[in-house]
Amino acid sequence: MIFDFSNYDQLLPLVTNSLIVGAMLAIVGGLVGVFVINRDMSFAVHGISELSFAGASITLLVGGNVVFGSVIGSLVAAIVIGIMGAKAKERNSITAVLMPFGLGLGILALSLYEGRASNKFGLLTGQIVAVDDPQLISIAVIAAIVVVTLLIVWRPLTFASVDSEVAAARGVPARSLAVLFMVILGLAVAASIQVVGALLVLSLLVTPAAAAVRVSRSPFVIPILSIAFALISVIGGILLALGSSLPISPYVTSISFIIYLLARGISWVRNR
Amino acid sequence: MTPSVLSVKAAKLELAGRVLWENLNLEVNPNEFIAILGANGSGKSSLLKAILGQLPLSAGSIELNSKKIRRGSRRIGYVPQSRQPETTMPIRGKDLLWLGLNGHRFGFWAPNKTSKAQFAHIIEAIDGHDLQNKPISEMSGGELQRFRVGQAVISEPDLILADEPLSALDYNQQSAVAELLKREAKEHHAAVLFVTHDVNPILDMVDRVLYLADGKFRIGTPDEVLSSETLSELYGTPIDVVRNQGRILVLGAHDNHDHHHDEEWS
Repeated sequence: MIFDFSNYDQLLPLVTNSLIVGAMLAIVGGLVGVFVINRDMSFAVHGISELSFAGASITLLVGGNVVFGSVIGSLVAAIVIGIMGAKAKERNSITAVLMPFGLGLGILALSLYEGRASNKFGLLTGQIVAVDDPQLISIAVIAAIVVVTLLIVWRPLTFASVDSEVAAARGVPARSLAVLFMVILGLAVAASIQVVGALLVLSLLVTPAAAAVRVSRSPFVIPILSIAFALISVIGGILLALGSSLPISPYVTSISFIIYLLARGISWVRNR
Repeated sequence: MTPSVLSVKAAKLELAGRVLWENLNLEVNPNEFIAILGANGSGKSSLLKAILGQLPLSAGSIELNSKKIRRGSRRIGYVPQSRQPETTMPIRGKDLLWLGLNGHRFGFWAPNKTSKAQFAHIIEAIDGHDLQNKPISEMSGGELQRFRVGQAVISEPDLILADEPLSALDYNQQSAVAELLKREAKEHHAAVLFVTHDVNPILDMVDRVLYLADGKFRIGTPDEVLSSETLSELYGTPIDVVRNQGRILVLGAHDNHDHHHDEEWS
């Protein structure tokens, strides 16, 4: 049986940490996603997440802090893609080169790892009950850094994303902002991997924002909708996963996909 | 005498071993409208990049409002070519205008009375009421360029740099966009440097012409510079400048180094 909600009241306290982390990641993913769409970097997100997975797997193998490992992996990938792939065309090929390398490295580390199997699988496909207090704190710190930084650079980064030539002429440090955004993106990916897993990071960092730009054109409404969509996906996914024997990620990805379909449907009806 | 907005002194720019221009002296006064002409690769756009501090000079100096230029400036408005923006976001016309006002500002910012008045003024000036909610990706080239000019002038800059803003527009749109730029620049006494390969749409509004060719240049009124005599001397080869019904045609100018155009409206 897939669902069994009979012990729900006893199970719920077990996932309090996951719900808090999930909510934080939804806010991070919803906000960062707006710029992933704005800067057309969806594929780069996938590449970063595979290297983040490699970093996490290696630290799991050698017994370090998994969040720290995934942050390092993310940042290396983000900065390589950011510097070598400044142009969109080059970015895709560099991402495609990094991605299998990261995935392979991660699988190597995991196959050498002799600890609990659920830890292994969780890095790829996500986990719910595994979020402990130290992990919660490190994710909270990352989330705070990402959200505060994004809010500070929001307008110049938007300007540089819409038209870097004009923004640079007006004195916006477009190149530095591009690198800064890659760091922010790397941190967001590293944090998201802890809950939804490396393979499914896109469902948090891209799908909600992609749905939001379908239903609104307002620069104020889009980020709010994007966060709301991400929140519904993550919190809904965790609560559904709790009553089942399946991991969290299929629920999160399905909900976010359904929201995206609805958003497309709404925009189709409107434009008809 | 009012101090010049832009002061280029003994400037030289060398790119990949080729001298684009040297010993360039140019004082640009408020209200002045200067057309920058020349063949492809003569260093027109590079001059704008140098003024924006994005290309370092090989020699000489550039000052904006008597201060050494830095990378970009809030006192500069910039109108790029008419091409669709890079983003996949649904940016609307009015978002483009607001970015011209506050796009360089970090942190929290809320519109105040002044900025609201500036926005209302520009929306009126570019006749953008009906278009302001249209995503720029759905605009025609002429509509987009009206908003681009609006974005460049909304913060009332001292200097407006325009890099081929009329390319890919039809003749009526070209005049409309150019008139708009001229009118809004005059209103706040801004100077305009207008890079173009076709001077005809802006011929009536040009005060001076800077003509770049083969590492050399001429500066003067359109009548002084756009003559067979001056251009022949500049290129070192016979050039015919033909005037016909208020339009100017330069014949034989770019045979040496530009194989795409044997003749060019200039």
